[in-house]
Amino acid sequence: MLPVDIITELGKAGGYAVFFLIGAGFGIALELAGFGDSRRLAAQFYLKDMTVLKTMFTGILVACLLIFLSSGLGLLDFSQLAVNQTFLWPGIVGGFIMGVGFIVGGYCPGTSLVATASFKIDGLFFLVGTIIGAGLFGESLPGFENFWNSSFTDRFLVSDWLGLSIGATVFIVTIFALVMFYIAEKVEEFFKFKDTNKTWSWKITKRPYLYGAGILIAVAALIWSVGQPDPIRKWKIMEKKYAGQLATRAVFIHPLEYVKTNSESTIKLITLDLRPNKDFEIFHLKGSENVKIEDLLDAKFVAPLAQLPPQGVVVLLADNDSISIKAWQYLKVQGVVNLYILENGLHNWNNLFADKQIHEKAINLASPPAEVLQLFPKNAYIPKIKIGSKKRAGGLCS
Amino acid sequence: MKKIPKPFKNPYFAGTILGVVLFSAFALTHSGLGASGAISRIQVALTKLVWSSHVDRVGTFAAMGAGERNALDHPSLFLLIGTFAGGLISAWLNGRLKIEIFKGPKITNYQRLFFALLGGIIMGYGARFARGCTSGQALSGGAVLSLGSWAFMFSVFLGGYAVAYFVRHLWAD
Repeated sequence: MLPVDIITELGKAGGYAVFFLIGAGFGIALELAGFGDSRRLAAQFYLKDMTVLKTMFTGILVACLLIFLSSGLGLLDFSQLAVNQTFLWPGIVGGFIMGVGFIVGGYCPGTSLVATASFKIDGLFFLVGTIIGAGLFGESLPGFENFWNSSFTDRFLVSDWLGLSIGATVFIVTIFALVMFYIAEKVEEFFKFKDTNKTWSWKITKRPYLYGAGILIAVAALIWSVGQPDPIRKWKIMEKKYAGQLATRAVFIHPLEYVKTNSESTIKLITLDLRPNKDFEIFHLKGSENVKIEDLLDAKFVAPLAQLPPQGVVVLLADNDSISIKAWQYLKVQGVVNLYILENGLHNWNNLFADKQIHEKAINLASPPAEVLQLFPKNAYIPKIKIGSKKRAGGLCS
Repeated sequence: MKKIPKPFKNPYFAGTILGVVLFSAFALTHSGLGASGAISRIQVALTKLVWSSHVDRVGTFAAMGAGERNALDHPSLFLLIGTFAGGLISAWLNGRLKIEIFKGPKITNYQRLFFALLGGIIMGYGARFARGCTSGQALSGGAVLSLGSWAFMFSVFLGGYAVAYFVRHLWAD
Protein backbone atom coordinates (compact mmCIF):
# COMPACT_ATOMS: atom_id res chain seq x y z
CA MET A 1 0.00 0.00 0.00
CA LEU A 2 1.17 3.50 -0.84
CA PRO A 3 2.88 5.66 0.15
CA VAL A 4 6.20 3.86 0.50
CA ASP A 5 9.16 5.45 2.18
CA ILE A 6 11.68 5.18 -0.59
CA ILE A 7 14.71 5.84 1.61
CA THR A 8 13.74 2.98 3.93
CA GLU A 9 13.01 0.74 0.95
CA LEU A 10 16.11 1.38 -1.12
CA GLY A 11 18.59 2.80 1.35
CA LYS A 12 19.91 6.31 1.29
CA ALA A 13 21.67 6.17 -2.08
CA GLY A 14 18.79 4.49 -3.87
CA GLY A 15 16.27 6.75 -2.20
CA TYR A 16 18.17 9.88 -3.17
CA ALA A 17 18.33 8.56 -6.74
CA VAL A 18 14.54 8.35 -6.79
CA PHE A 19 14.33 11.91 -5.47
CA PHE A 20 16.61 12.89 -8.32
CA LEU A 21 14.32 11.19 -10.86
CA ILE A 22 11.21 12.82 -9.43
CA GLY A 23 13.02 16.14 -9.61
CA ALA A 24 13.92 15.45 -13.23
CA GLY A 25 10.26 14.81 -14.05
CA PHE A 26 9.40 18.07 -12.31
CA GLY A 27 12.05 19.98 -14.27
CA ILE A 28 10.91 18.49 -17.57
CA ALA A 29 7.26 19.35 -16.89
CA LEU A 30 8.15 22.96 -16.02
CA GLU A 31 10.41 23.34 -19.04
CA LEU A 32 7.84 21.87 -21.43
CA ALA A 33 5.24 24.34 -20.18
CA GLY A 34 7.58 27.22 -21.00
CA PHE A 35 8.29 28.09 -17.38
CA GLY A 36 11.94 28.67 -18.20
CA ASP A 37 10.92 31.94 -19.86
CA SER A 38 10.31 34.87 -17.52
CA ARG A 39 8.33 36.78 -20.14
CA ARG A 40 5.81 33.98 -20.34
CA LEU A 41 5.52 33.82 -16.56
CA ALA A 42 5.16 37.57 -16.16
CA ALA A 43 2.52 37.72 -18.91
CA GLN A 44 0.20 35.90 -16.49
CA PHE A 45 -0.05 39.10 -14.47
CA TYR A 46 -0.95 41.16 -17.53
CA LEU A 47 -3.63 38.61 -18.51
CA LYS A 48 -2.04 38.04 -21.91
CA ASP A 49 -0.89 34.49 -21.35
CA MET A 50 -2.54 32.37 -18.70
CA THR A 51 -0.11 29.45 -18.97
CA VAL A 52 0.96 29.71 -15.32
CA LEU A 53 -2.56 29.43 -14.00
CA LYS A 54 -3.55 26.70 -16.45
CA THR A 55 -0.48 24.52 -15.88
CA MET A 56 -0.42 24.98 -12.11
CA PHE A 57 -4.06 24.19 -11.55
CA THR A 58 -4.01 21.28 -13.99
CA GLY A 59 -1.07 19.85 -12.04
CA ILE A 60 -2.80 20.37 -8.70
CA LEU A 61 -6.08 18.96 -9.97
CA VAL A 62 -4.57 15.87 -11.59
CA ALA A 63 -2.47 15.07 -8.52
CA CYS A 64 -5.44 15.74 -6.23
CA LEU A 65 -7.72 13.42 -8.21
CA LEU A 66 -5.07 10.68 -8.31
CA ILE A 67 -4.43 10.96 -4.56
CA PHE A 68 -8.04 10.82 -3.45
CA LEU A 69 -9.07 8.23 -6.04
CA SER A 70 -6.32 5.87 -4.90
CA SER A 71 -7.14 6.64 -1.28
CA GLY A 72 -10.83 5.92 -1.91
CA LEU A 73 -9.99 2.63 -3.60
CA GLY A 74 -7.75 1.63 -0.71
CA LEU A 75 -4.46 1.87 -2.62
CA LEU A 76 -3.00 4.77 -0.69
CA ASP A 77 -3.15 5.77 2.96
CA PHE A 78 -3.88 9.48 2.95
CA SER A 79 -3.15 9.82 6.67
CA GLN A 80 0.51 9.06 5.90
CA LEU A 81 0.98 11.89 3.40
CA ALA A 82 2.68 15.11 4.41
CA VAL A 83 0.06 17.82 4.49
CA ASN A 84 1.53 21.30 4.75
CA GLN A 85 0.86 22.70 8.17
CA THR A 86 -1.33 25.74 8.11
CA PHE A 87 0.13 28.96 9.44
CA LEU A 88 -2.64 31.00 7.92
CA TRP A 89 -1.51 34.62 8.25
CA PRO A 90 2.24 34.14 7.86
CA GLY A 91 1.36 32.11 4.75
CA ILE A 92 -0.80 34.88 3.35
CA VAL A 93 1.77 37.60 4.07
CA GLY A 94 4.63 35.46 2.71
CA GLY A 95 2.56 34.60 -0.34
CA PHE A 96 1.91 38.27 -1.03
CA ILE A 97 5.63 39.08 -0.76
CA MET A 98 6.33 36.22 -3.17
CA GLY A 99 3.78 37.53 -5.63
CA VAL A 100 5.67 40.84 -5.64
CA GLY A 101 8.98 39.03 -6.14
CA PHE A 102 7.40 37.03 -8.94
CA ILE A 103 6.37 40.04 -11.00
CA VAL A 104 9.53 42.04 -10.29
CA GLY A 105 11.91 39.17 -11.02
CA GLY A 106 9.87 37.11 -13.45
CA TYR A 107 10.35 33.70 -11.84
CA CYS A 108 9.61 31.62 -8.77
CA PRO A 109 12.26 29.42 -7.13
CA GLY A 110 11.46 26.24 -9.10
CA THR A 111 11.15 27.99 -12.45
CA SER A 112 14.33 30.03 -11.94
CA LEU A 113 16.11 26.72 -11.51
CA VAL A 114 14.81 25.50 -14.86
CA ALA A 115 15.69 28.84 -16.49
CA THR A 116 19.22 28.61 -15.10
CA ALA A 117 19.49 25.03 -16.35
CA SER A 118 18.67 26.23 -19.86
CA PHE A 119 21.36 28.96 -19.66
CA LYS A 120 19.12 31.97 -19.06
CA ILE A 121 21.22 34.57 -17.29
CA ASP A 122 18.23 36.34 -15.75
CA GLY A 123 17.20 33.00 -14.26
CA LEU A 124 20.61 32.63 -12.66
CA PHE A 125 20.46 36.13 -11.16
CA PHE A 126 17.02 35.39 -9.77
CA LEU A 127 18.21 32.10 -8.28
CA VAL A 128 21.13 33.83 -6.58
CA GLY A 129 18.63 36.37 -5.28
CA THR A 130 16.47 33.65 -3.68
CA ILE A 131 19.53 32.33 -1.83
CA ILE A 132 20.27 35.83 -0.51
CA GLY A 133 16.61 36.38 0.35
CA ALA A 134 16.42 33.14 2.32
CA GLY A 135 19.45 34.29 4.31
CA LEU A 136 17.96 37.73 4.98
CA PHE A 137 14.83 36.08 6.27
CA GLY A 138 16.74 34.01 8.82
CA GLU A 139 18.54 37.15 10.00
CA SER A 140 15.39 39.23 10.37
CA LEU A 141 13.13 36.52 11.85
CA PRO A 142 13.84 37.27 15.54
CA GLY A 143 12.03 40.59 15.02
CA PHE A 144 8.66 38.96 14.33
CA GLU A 145 8.98 35.36 15.43
CA ASN A 146 5.66 35.44 17.31
CA PHE A 147 3.75 36.45 14.23
CA TRP A 148 5.59 33.85 12.16
CA ASN A 149 4.41 31.10 14.49
CA SER A 150 0.85 32.40 14.81
CA SER A 151 -2.50 31.16 13.47
CA PHE A 152 -1.33 27.58 13.40
CA THR A 153 -3.40 24.47 12.72
CA ASP A 154 -1.50 21.33 11.94
CA ARG A 155 -3.46 19.38 9.38
CA PHE A 156 -6.32 21.57 8.31
CA LEU A 157 -7.96 20.68 5.02
CA VAL A 158 -10.20 22.72 2.79
CA SER A 159 -12.87 20.08 3.49
CA ASP A 160 -12.60 20.68 7.26
CA TRP A 161 -13.04 24.37 6.67
CA LEU A 162 -16.06 23.89 4.40
CA GLY A 163 -17.49 21.24 6.70
CA LEU A 164 -17.90 18.87 3.75
CA SER A 165 -16.64 15.39 2.95
CA ILE A 166 -13.37 15.09 1.07
CA GLY A 167 -15.23 13.67 -1.94
CA ALA A 168 -17.56 16.65 -2.15
CA THR A 169 -14.64 19.04 -1.74
CA VAL A 170 -12.70 17.33 -4.54
CA PHE A 171 -15.74 17.68 -6.77
CA ILE A 172 -16.08 21.38 -5.96
CA VAL A 173 -12.36 21.95 -6.56
CA THR A 174 -12.68 20.24 -9.94
CA ILE A 175 -15.60 22.39 -11.01
CA PHE A 176 -13.82 25.49 -9.68
CA ALA A 177 -10.69 24.66 -11.70
CA LEU A 178 -12.67 24.02 -14.87
CA VAL A 179 -14.52 27.31 -14.53
CA MET A 180 -11.19 29.04 -14.03
CA PHE A 181 -9.74 27.36 -17.13
CA TYR A 182 -12.72 28.51 -19.13
CA ILE A 183 -12.32 32.08 -17.92
CA ALA A 184 -8.58 31.92 -18.61
CA GLU A 185 -9.19 30.75 -22.18
CA LYS A 186 -11.71 33.50 -22.80
CA VAL A 187 -9.48 36.20 -21.30
CA GLU A 188 -6.62 35.12 -23.53
CA GLU A 189 -8.92 35.12 -26.55
CA PHE A 190 -10.16 38.58 -25.66
CA PHE A 191 -6.65 40.03 -25.61
CA LYS A 192 -5.71 38.19 -28.77
CA PHE A 193 -8.70 39.49 -30.70
CA LYS A 194 -8.79 42.93 -29.10
CA ASP A 195 -7.36 44.95 -31.94
CA THR A 196 -8.42 42.67 -34.75
CA ASN A 197 -11.77 42.30 -36.42
CA LYS A 198 -12.18 38.67 -35.46
CA THR A 199 -15.40 37.80 -33.74
CA TRP A 200 -15.16 36.68 -30.21
CA SER A 201 -17.51 34.11 -28.70
CA TRP A 202 -18.28 32.34 -25.45
CA LYS A 203 -18.22 28.97 -27.18
CA ILE A 204 -15.59 26.36 -26.46
CA THR A 205 -14.09 25.72 -29.86
CA LYS A 206 -11.66 22.98 -28.99
CA ARG A 207 -13.23 19.55 -28.83
CA PRO A 208 -10.44 17.86 -26.82
CA TYR A 209 -10.98 20.44 -24.05
CA LEU A 210 -14.59 19.36 -23.70
CA TYR A 211 -13.64 15.68 -23.54
CA GLY A 212 -10.88 16.44 -21.05
CA ALA A 213 -13.25 18.38 -18.83
CA GLY A 214 -15.76 15.51 -19.07
CA ILE A 215 -13.17 12.99 -17.91
CA LEU A 216 -12.12 15.16 -14.97
CA ILE A 217 -15.72 15.64 -13.85
CA ALA A 218 -16.39 11.90 -14.17
CA VAL A 219 -13.35 11.03 -12.06
CA ALA A 220 -14.30 13.63 -9.45
CA ALA A 221 -17.85 12.24 -9.32
CA LEU A 222 -16.43 8.74 -8.92
CA ILE A 223 -14.25 9.87 -6.00
CA TRP A 224 -17.26 11.50 -4.40
CA SER A 225 -19.46 8.40 -4.79
CA VAL A 226 -16.82 5.91 -3.62
CA GLY A 227 -16.01 8.10 -0.62
CA GLN A 228 -12.93 7.97 1.55
CA PRO A 229 -12.57 4.81 3.65
CA ASP A 230 -13.81 5.09 7.23
CA PRO A 231 -11.58 3.54 9.93
CA ILE A 232 -13.49 0.25 9.81
CA ARG A 233 -13.05 -0.22 6.05
CA LYS A 234 -9.51 1.12 6.29
CA TRP A 235 -8.59 -1.51 8.86
CA LYS A 236 -9.75 -4.24 6.46
CA ILE A 237 -7.45 -2.78 3.81
CA MET A 238 -4.48 -2.28 6.11
CA GLU A 239 -4.86 -5.29 8.38
CA LYS A 240 -1.82 -6.99 6.87
CA LYS A 241 0.41 -4.10 7.75
CA TYR A 242 -0.47 -3.80 11.42
CA ALA A 243 -2.14 -7.05 12.57
CA GLY A 244 1.24 -8.58 13.42
CA GLN A 245 1.86 -6.01 16.15
CA LEU A 246 -1.37 -7.11 17.84
CA ALA A 247 -0.82 -10.83 17.33
CA THR A 248 2.65 -10.75 18.87
CA ARG A 249 1.33 -8.44 21.59
CA ALA A 250 4.15 -6.03 20.78
CA VAL A 251 1.90 -3.09 21.62
CA PHE A 252 0.62 -4.37 24.96
CA ILE A 253 2.53 -2.69 27.76
CA HIS A 254 2.95 -3.75 31.36
CA PRO A 255 1.55 -1.42 34.09
CA LEU A 256 5.10 -0.78 35.29
CA GLU A 257 6.13 0.44 31.87
CA TYR A 258 3.12 2.72 31.99
CA VAL A 259 4.29 4.15 35.31
CA LYS A 260 7.78 4.60 33.94
CA THR A 261 6.58 6.31 30.76
CA ASN A 262 4.28 8.55 32.76
CA SER A 263 7.20 9.71 34.88
CA GLU A 264 9.37 10.72 31.94
CA SER A 265 9.27 14.43 31.48
CA THR A 266 10.19 14.32 27.78
CA ILE A 267 7.19 12.20 26.87
CA LYS A 268 3.72 13.52 26.40
CA LEU A 269 1.48 10.67 27.54
CA ILE A 270 -2.19 10.54 26.71
CA THR A 271 -4.29 7.85 28.37
CA LEU A 272 -7.70 6.97 26.94
CA ASP A 273 -9.90 4.99 29.32
CA LEU A 274 -12.54 3.02 27.44
CA ARG A 275 -14.31 1.56 30.49
CA PRO A 276 -17.94 2.44 31.28
CA ASN A 277 -18.34 5.85 32.84
CA LYS A 278 -19.51 4.50 36.23
CA ASP A 279 -16.29 2.50 36.64
CA PHE A 280 -14.28 5.52 35.58
CA GLU A 281 -16.02 7.60 38.28
CA ILE A 282 -15.09 5.04 40.93
CA PHE A 283 -11.42 4.91 40.03
CA HIS A 284 -9.24 6.14 37.19
CA LEU A 285 -5.64 6.94 36.51
CA LYS A 286 -4.67 10.52 37.08
CA GLY A 287 -4.74 12.45 33.82
CA SER A 288 -6.67 9.81 31.90
CA GLU A 289 -9.68 10.63 29.81
CA ASN A 290 -12.88 8.61 29.67
CA VAL A 291 -13.88 7.98 26.06
CA LYS A 292 -16.35 5.81 24.20
CA ILE A 293 -15.28 3.60 21.35
CA GLU A 294 -17.52 5.62 18.98
CA ASP A 295 -15.51 8.74 19.80
CA LEU A 296 -12.56 7.13 18.08
CA LEU A 297 -14.44 7.09 14.78
CA ASP A 298 -14.89 10.85 14.97
CA ALA A 299 -12.21 12.50 12.86
CA LYS A 300 -12.38 15.69 14.94
CA PHE A 301 -11.66 13.77 18.13
CA VAL A 302 -8.82 11.81 16.58
CA ALA A 303 -7.07 14.66 14.76
CA PRO A 304 -5.14 15.96 17.82
CA LEU A 305 -4.00 12.41 18.61
CA ALA A 306 -2.66 11.92 15.09
CA GLN A 307 -0.87 15.26 15.30
CA LEU A 308 0.99 14.73 18.53
CA PRO A 309 4.66 15.71 18.55
CA PRO A 310 7.12 12.84 17.96
CA GLN A 311 7.41 12.40 21.74
CA GLY A 312 3.68 11.79 22.12
CA VAL A 313 2.45 8.39 23.29
CA VAL A 314 -1.18 7.26 23.42
CA VAL A 315 -2.14 4.41 25.76
CA LEU A 316 -5.52 2.71 25.63
CA LEU A 317 -7.07 0.83 28.49
CA ALA A 318 -10.30 -1.13 28.58
CA ASP A 319 -12.03 -3.94 30.46
CA ASN A 320 -11.18 -6.52 27.84
CA ASP A 321 -8.91 -7.03 24.87
CA SER A 322 -11.65 -7.02 22.29
CA ILE A 323 -12.48 -3.39 23.05
CA SER A 324 -8.93 -2.17 23.37
CA ILE A 325 -7.88 -3.96 20.17
CA LYS A 326 -10.76 -2.47 18.26
CA ALA A 327 -9.83 0.99 19.57
CA TRP A 328 -6.20 0.40 18.61
CA GLN A 329 -7.23 -0.53 15.06
CA TYR A 330 -9.43 2.55 14.67
CA LEU A 331 -6.70 4.89 15.84
CA LYS A 332 -3.84 3.19 14.03
CA VAL A 333 -5.43 3.54 10.60
CA GLN A 334 -6.12 7.20 11.31
CA GLY A 335 -2.43 7.84 11.68
CA VAL A 336 -1.82 7.77 15.46
CA VAL A 337 1.85 6.88 15.68
CA ASN A 338 2.99 5.74 19.13
CA LEU A 339 -0.08 3.76 20.16
CA TYR A 340 -0.16 1.16 22.94
CA ILE A 341 -2.60 -0.86 25.03
CA LEU A 342 -2.32 -1.30 28.80
CA GLU A 343 -2.13 -5.06 29.28
CA ASN A 344 -5.24 -6.31 31.13
CA GLY A 345 -6.52 -2.78 31.58
CA LEU A 346 -6.78 -2.00 35.28
CA HIS A 347 -7.62 -5.55 36.31
CA ASN A 348 -4.36 -6.30 38.06
CA TRP A 349 -3.37 -2.69 38.69
CA ASN A 350 -4.50 -2.64 42.31
CA ASN A 351 -3.01 -6.03 43.13
CA LEU A 352 0.28 -4.97 41.70
CA PHE A 353 0.66 -1.86 43.82
CA ALA A 354 -1.64 -2.51 46.78
CA ASP A 355 0.99 -3.80 49.22
CA LYS A 356 3.74 -1.47 48.07
CA GLN A 357 4.88 1.31 50.31
CA ILE A 358 7.19 4.23 49.84
CA HIS A 359 8.53 5.99 52.93
CA GLU A 360 6.19 3.70 54.89
CA LYS A 361 3.12 5.13 53.27
CA ALA A 362 0.77 3.42 50.85
CA ILE A 363 1.15 4.83 47.37
CA ASN A 364 -1.43 6.79 45.48
CA LEU A 365 -2.92 4.20 43.13
CA ALA A 366 -4.19 6.79 40.69
CA SER A 367 -0.68 7.97 39.96
CA PRO A 368 2.05 5.72 41.31
CA PRO A 369 5.32 7.67 41.50
CA ALA A 370 8.40 6.55 39.63
CA GLU A 371 10.04 5.43 42.89
CA VAL A 372 7.68 2.48 42.99
CA LEU A 373 9.64 0.93 40.13
CA GLN A 374 12.55 0.32 42.52
CA LEU A 375 10.36 -2.03 44.52
CA PHE A 376 10.19 -4.43 41.60
CA PRO A 377 12.94 -6.52 40.08
CA LYS A 378 14.52 -5.00 36.95
CA ASN A 379 13.13 -7.77 34.76
CA ALA A 380 9.57 -7.51 36.05
CA TYR A 381 8.42 -6.53 32.59
CA ILE A 382 9.62 -6.39 28.99
CA PRO A 383 9.77 -2.78 27.78
CA LYS A 384 7.90 -2.35 24.50
CA ILE A 385 7.45 1.35 23.90
CA LYS A 386 9.57 2.61 21.05
CA ILE A 387 9.25 6.24 20.20
CA GLY A 388 9.00 6.35 16.44
CA SER A 389 9.07 9.76 14.90
CA LYS A 390 7.11 10.40 11.78
CA LYS A 391 8.39 12.19 8.76
CA ARG A 392 5.09 13.63 7.80
CA ALA A 393 5.20 17.16 9.01
CA GLY A 394 7.21 19.75 7.15
CA GLY A 395 7.81 17.85 3.96
CA LEU A 396 10.41 19.28 1.69
CA CYS A 397 9.98 22.90 2.57
CA SER A 398 11.98 22.69 5.77
CA MET B 1 22.38 25.46 -39.18
CA LYS B 2 20.65 27.36 -36.48
CA LYS B 3 18.39 25.27 -34.30
CA ILE B 4 14.85 26.54 -34.11
CA PRO B 5 13.28 26.15 -30.67
CA LYS B 6 10.25 23.89 -30.70
CA PRO B 7 6.99 25.43 -29.49
CA PHE B 8 6.04 24.93 -25.86
CA LYS B 9 3.63 22.14 -25.05
CA ASN B 10 -0.02 22.78 -24.43
CA PRO B 11 -0.33 24.00 -20.81
CA TYR B 12 -2.91 21.36 -19.92
CA PHE B 13 -0.65 18.64 -21.27
CA ALA B 14 2.35 19.97 -19.32
CA GLY B 15 0.10 20.36 -16.28
CA THR B 16 -0.99 16.74 -16.52
CA ILE B 17 2.65 15.60 -16.55
CA LEU B 18 3.25 17.87 -13.59
CA GLY B 19 0.29 16.31 -11.76
CA VAL B 20 1.49 12.77 -12.40
CA VAL B 21 5.00 13.69 -11.19
CA LEU B 22 3.51 15.31 -8.10
CA PHE B 23 1.40 12.23 -7.37
CA SER B 24 4.40 9.93 -7.71
CA ALA B 25 6.34 12.19 -5.36
CA PHE B 26 3.61 11.71 -2.74
CA ALA B 27 3.31 7.98 -3.40
CA LEU B 28 7.04 7.31 -3.16
CA THR B 29 8.20 9.80 -0.55
CA HIS B 30 5.17 10.82 1.57
CA SER B 31 5.66 14.44 0.59
CA GLY B 32 5.24 16.46 -2.54
CA LEU B 33 7.63 18.63 -4.51
CA GLY B 34 9.68 21.56 -3.34
CA ALA B 35 12.48 23.90 -4.27
CA SER B 36 12.79 26.63 -1.65
CA GLY B 37 13.77 24.24 1.14
CA ALA B 38 16.79 23.07 -0.81
CA ILE B 39 17.64 26.66 -1.73
CA SER B 40 17.72 27.55 1.97
CA ARG B 41 19.97 24.59 2.57
CA ILE B 42 22.40 25.86 -0.04
CA GLN B 43 22.28 29.27 1.61
CA VAL B 44 23.04 27.73 5.02
CA ALA B 45 25.88 25.65 3.59
CA LEU B 46 27.39 28.72 1.91
CA THR B 47 27.07 30.79 5.08
CA LYS B 48 28.72 27.98 6.99
CA LEU B 49 31.71 28.00 4.67
CA VAL B 50 32.54 31.59 5.50
CA TRP B 51 31.05 32.07 8.97
CA SER B 52 30.17 28.83 10.67
CA SER B 53 29.58 30.21 14.16
CA HIS B 54 26.86 32.41 12.72
CA VAL B 55 24.96 29.36 11.46
CA ASP B 56 24.83 28.03 15.01
CA ARG B 57 23.42 31.32 16.27
CA VAL B 58 20.54 31.99 13.85
CA GLY B 59 17.59 29.75 14.72
CA THR B 60 16.40 28.80 11.26
CA PHE B 61 19.95 28.23 10.00
CA ALA B 62 20.90 26.09 12.99
CA ALA B 63 17.94 23.79 12.38
CA MET B 64 19.51 22.85 9.05
CA GLY B 65 23.23 23.03 9.61
CA ALA B 66 24.27 23.57 13.22
CA GLY B 67 27.49 21.95 14.44
CA GLU B 68 28.24 18.69 12.69
CA ARG B 69 25.01 18.72 10.73
CA ASN B 70 25.48 18.88 6.98
CA ALA B 71 22.79 21.14 5.57
CA LEU B 72 23.16 19.55 2.15
CA ASP B 73 22.54 15.96 3.26
CA HIS B 74 18.83 16.02 2.62
CA PRO B 75 16.55 14.47 -0.03
CA SER B 76 15.25 17.89 -1.07
CA LEU B 77 18.67 18.72 -2.46
CA PHE B 78 18.58 15.73 -4.78
CA LEU B 79 15.15 16.78 -5.89
CA LEU B 80 16.63 20.17 -6.71
CA ILE B 81 19.54 18.69 -8.66
CA GLY B 82 17.02 16.52 -10.50
CA THR B 83 14.89 19.54 -11.36
CA PHE B 84 17.97 21.23 -12.76
CA ALA B 85 18.86 18.15 -14.81
CA GLY B 86 15.29 17.76 -16.07
CA GLY B 87 15.18 21.38 -17.16
CA LEU B 88 18.52 21.00 -18.89
CA ILE B 89 17.54 17.82 -20.76
CA SER B 90 14.18 19.17 -21.85
CA ALA B 91 15.65 22.49 -23.00
CA TRP B 92 18.34 20.63 -24.92
CA LEU B 93 15.91 18.23 -26.64
CA ASN B 94 13.64 21.10 -27.59
CA GLY B 95 16.34 23.40 -28.93
CA ARG B 96 15.96 25.94 -26.16
CA LEU B 97 19.41 25.57 -24.66
CA LYS B 98 20.86 28.98 -25.37
CA ILE B 99 22.65 31.65 -23.38
CA GLU B 100 20.29 34.59 -23.31
CA ILE B 101 18.50 37.10 -21.13
CA PHE B 102 14.72 37.19 -21.21
CA LYS B 103 13.34 40.67 -20.70
CA GLY B 104 10.77 43.16 -21.82
CA PRO B 105 11.97 45.17 -24.85
CA LYS B 106 11.93 48.52 -23.05
CA ILE B 107 14.69 47.82 -20.56
CA THR B 108 18.40 47.10 -20.89
CA ASN B 109 20.10 43.85 -20.02
CA TYR B 110 21.66 45.39 -16.92
CA GLN B 111 18.33 46.67 -15.73
CA ARG B 112 16.80 43.25 -16.28
CA LEU B 113 19.54 41.50 -14.32
CA PHE B 114 19.20 44.00 -11.50
CA PHE B 115 15.46 43.40 -11.25
CA ALA B 116 15.89 39.62 -11.56
CA LEU B 117 18.23 39.70 -8.58
CA LEU B 118 15.93 42.02 -6.64
CA GLY B 119 12.87 39.91 -7.44
CA GLY B 120 14.80 36.82 -6.40
CA ILE B 121 15.69 38.37 -3.05
CA ILE B 122 12.06 39.32 -2.43
CA MET B 123 10.94 35.86 -3.53
CA GLY B 124 13.50 34.06 -1.37
CA TYR B 125 12.46 36.15 1.62
CA GLY B 126 8.76 35.54 1.01
CA ALA B 127 9.23 31.81 0.44
CA ARG B 128 10.81 31.40 3.88
CA PHE B 129 8.12 33.60 5.37
CA ALA B 130 5.41 31.40 3.87
CA ARG B 131 7.31 28.18 4.71
CA GLY B 132 7.49 27.06 1.11
CA CYS B 133 7.42 28.27 -2.43
CA THR B 134 5.10 27.82 -5.35
CA SER B 135 6.07 24.16 -5.62
CA GLY B 136 6.18 23.18 -1.97
CA GLN B 137 3.20 25.15 -0.75
CA ALA B 138 0.94 25.81 -3.71
CA LEU B 139 1.37 22.64 -5.78
CA SER B 140 1.95 20.07 -3.06
CA GLY B 141 -0.29 21.60 -0.41
CA GLY B 142 -2.94 22.40 -2.99
CA ALA B 143 -3.12 18.79 -4.16
CA VAL B 144 -3.71 17.44 -0.63
CA LEU B 145 -6.26 20.21 -0.02
CA SER B 146 -4.35 21.98 2.74
CA LEU B 147 -6.34 25.10 3.54
CA GLY B 148 -3.25 27.18 4.29
CA SER B 149 -1.78 26.31 0.91
CA TRP B 150 -4.90 27.42 -0.92
CA ALA B 151 -4.96 30.71 0.97
CA PHE B 152 -1.27 31.10 0.21
CA MET B 153 -1.79 30.43 -3.48
CA PHE B 154 -4.42 33.14 -3.87
CA SER B 155 -2.20 35.48 -1.94
CA VAL B 156 0.67 34.94 -4.41
CA PHE B 157 -1.57 35.80 -7.35
CA LEU B 158 -2.94 38.76 -5.42
CA GLY B 159 0.58 40.06 -4.72
CA GLY B 160 1.52 39.70 -8.38
CA TYR B 161 -1.57 41.45 -9.69
CA ALA B 162 -1.35 44.20 -7.06
CA VAL B 163 2.12 45.26 -8.17
CA ALA B 164 1.99 44.32 -11.87
CA TYR B 165 0.71 47.74 -12.94
CA PHE B 166 3.57 49.59 -11.26
CA VAL B 167 6.29 47.52 -12.86
CA ARG B 168 4.67 47.22 -16.29
CA HIS B 169 7.66 48.86 -17.98
CA LEU B 170 9.74 45.83 -17.10
CA TRP B 171 7.59 43.64 -19.32
CA ALA B 172 5.56 45.84 -21.69
CA ASP B 173 6.26 45.89 -25.40
